[in-house]
Amino acid sequence: MSILYNTDKTLRERVSDCLEDDFKHNAIRTAQEVFYVKRGELVEEMGDGWQQLRLHSMEVRNHVTENLDYYVKQFATNAEANGCVMHYAPTGDDALWEVLDIFEKHGATYAVKSKSMMTEEVGLNEVLENAGIKITETDCAENILQTAESKPSHIVVPALHFNRDAIADIYREKRGYTGSSVPEEITHFLRKILRDEFMEAEVGIRGCNFAVASTGSVTLVTNEGNGRMVDSFPKVQIVFVGIDRIIPDLEALDTMLALLPRSAVGAKMTAYFSLDSGPRGAGEVDGPEEVHIILMDNGRHTLANSEFKDMLRCMRCGACLNICPVYRHITGHGYGSIYPGPMGIVLTAGLAGYDQIDTMAFACSLCGACAEHCPVGIPIHDLIRQHRMNIVEQGKNHAVEVPIFKGLELFWSNKPIYLAAMKAGRPVMKAIARGEDALDENSVWIPVVKGWTSTRDFDVLSETRFRTWFKEHKKEQAKNGKGGEQ
Amino acid sequence: MKVAFFPGCMVDMIYPEIGIAAVNVLERLGCDVEMPDDQICCGQGLINSGYRKENATVARMIVDAYETSEYDTIVSLTGSCMNAIVNDYPIVFKDDPVYLERTRKLGERFFEFTDFIVNHLGVTDVGASFHHSVTYHKSCHVTRLLGIVEPPLQLLQAVEGLEYREMEHADRCCGFGGTFSFKQPEIAGEVVYEKCRTIIETGADVICGADVPCLMNIKGALSRMRSDGRLDRDIRVMHIAQILDARE
Repeated sequence: MSILYNTDKTLRERVSDCLEDDFKHNAIRTAQEVFYVKRGELVEEMGDGWQQLRLHSMEVRNHVTENLDYYVKQFATNAEANGCVMHYAPTGDDALWEVLDIFEKHGATYAVKSKSMMTEEVGLNEVLENAGIKITETDCAENILQTAESKPSHIVVPALHFNRDAIADIYREKRGYTGSSVPEEITHFLRKILRDEFMEAEVGIRGCNFAVASTGSVTLVTNEGNGRMVDSFPKVQIVFVGIDRIIPDLEALDTMLALLPRSAVGAKMTAYFSLDSGPRGAGEVDGPEEVHIILMDNGRHTLANSEFKDMLRCMRCGACLNICPVYRHITGHGYGSIYPGPMGIVLTAGLAGYDQIDTMAFACSLCGACAEHCPVGIPIHDLIRQHRMNIVEQGKNHAVEVPIFKGLELFWSNKPIYLAAMKAGRPVMKAIARGEDALDENSVWIPVVKGWTSTRDFDVLSETRFRTWFKEHKKEQAKNGKGGEQ
Repeated sequence: MKVAFFPGCMVDMIYPEIGIAAVNVLERLGCDVEMPDDQICCGQGLINSGYRKENATVARMIVDAYETSEYDTIVSLTGSCMNAIVNDYPIVFKDDPVYLERTRKLGERFFEFTDFIVNHLGVTDVGASFHHSVTYHKSCHVTRLLGIVEPPLQLLQAVEGLEYREMEHADRCCGFGGTFSFKQPEIAGEVVYEKCRTIIETGADVICGADVPCLMNIKGALSRMRSDGRLDRDIRVMHIAQILDARE
């Protein structure tokens, strides 16, 4: 499983690292603002049409989830009829074996790849490199990450944490780049080195945004065009398709494509869109001779049959990352997952399991902005909370917190205890606050309380309860013969 | 009009002055306000931390207390508590069909304070005067999860002398999130400091809201920023009820 990275550090340590990295912190915040504004303008422009599209997409995606086996079969049958070779992979390991077999069959040692989350999910690059196969990322951002040996900080724009100077330095150090840090110049350099790799690579590996069941087609939505090179230059092509990428037909594709770029990057459409239906046909001048589709489950059937089935609607647009008040500060690196942000918590916990995720399910204020912005209406914050409930129910919570929550249960459901605690609590708090009305940073030695007072002051309990005032108030009214009416 | 009042535990524990202001406003608008004494807290901090069954114990007390109230309408002073009762209790009681049915019926009787005044009583000018510049935090529970957007703004704009100043990203979370604040203090601190910076940038004298927990969070952060020099003036933190009750 390669969903998680940097797991030798705790989530708290990763978060602290991110908060101390001013460049990364500011870069992500600025990018979030840009996406937020651009997306907002497009959504507003569509008026009610946006909501209708969302509802339609939810219908379409739910229909597929509810009939997943039917659509998997339909897609596989039609893709096969188009001349593709289908490989069904129940797990990530199965997918890796299938890929290694394809390389072995062709004696291939050189591959180019376009951005694909499914390959990240199974850790494909590392496995291929260990098998002696050279693999080059051709998406600009992914190439930067591969060259810098860094990890993605965003699912759509994974190298967001590097600026132009850092990127120029990376290529200077690793690839002999001699130019300036002007983006066009770096891109030109990259284009030149990548062009050679496209020509030489024996295998192209790519992902798929949507798989169309009725036509057996796979699609690719990109802005750079390198994805199209990957899917048309090498003789052998391997397409990674998660079973949750399947949609029924081209009409559904139309709906999804209206939602995806608007939600992802705040654009009506992307620069490139490919709809590929099988290998090169007789008389066609380009395209691969052989297309292998790795149809990968890797936990998705289990999700489809759980309380997290809504998550199968997700199209990885990143809109929830772009609005999340937590993601903007801790970035993808804080979560330590290739799937960060709100959708990332739901997916990572669902796919990697509760034993692996540290406190990730709790790194969320449940504000609901993600769900409001989700183009396919996933109640993301509710699903995050569902994970928390499962964690507690399965006893995977920290044992030390249990008495605290049991204490709160008692405190909030037993009036005599509540009132006694209030009475006793005020003088104690006053003493700790040295007579002031709020606990300040001097109280950080107290467990639990320090959670709050390390960053904020905490107001001391009031002298009288509101309920006490209210009773007196009603008595007063009764005495004066007033029922509140004036 | 007779109404039952649900102050929320923070008002009872820490900020009675907010509850007093709200009762004053409601009574001035002709409401006969009642409050069952056997209520403490909605318990949302429990389910939001994953402790659903523990929340059920607390929630039964709320349902019992308000269900028997003779008044049809229940006014909640805090949006998030109301959201817990209306939207979360059906999950809290998912394996308790009796309370599930009771909580559904009860939920229909709940109104958030500002929504109640504007849409139920049909009043926007409550007769308050408040000669200060004010910015309003559009809290997640009131704005997004309950969908109450206009009423608080309509009420504020009708206050004599009040100069409203919108903060940037007014509907962005303040970072409270219940136990999130304690469990992830580094993140929560960063989020609330950013919220405070947008508040400070408006130049307003007062920050107000309709969700007590957010106000506690923002007040705590502003106070810390004031004492460590990141804020060079006093900014008052008030519940909207206190502004509607004001004559200043």
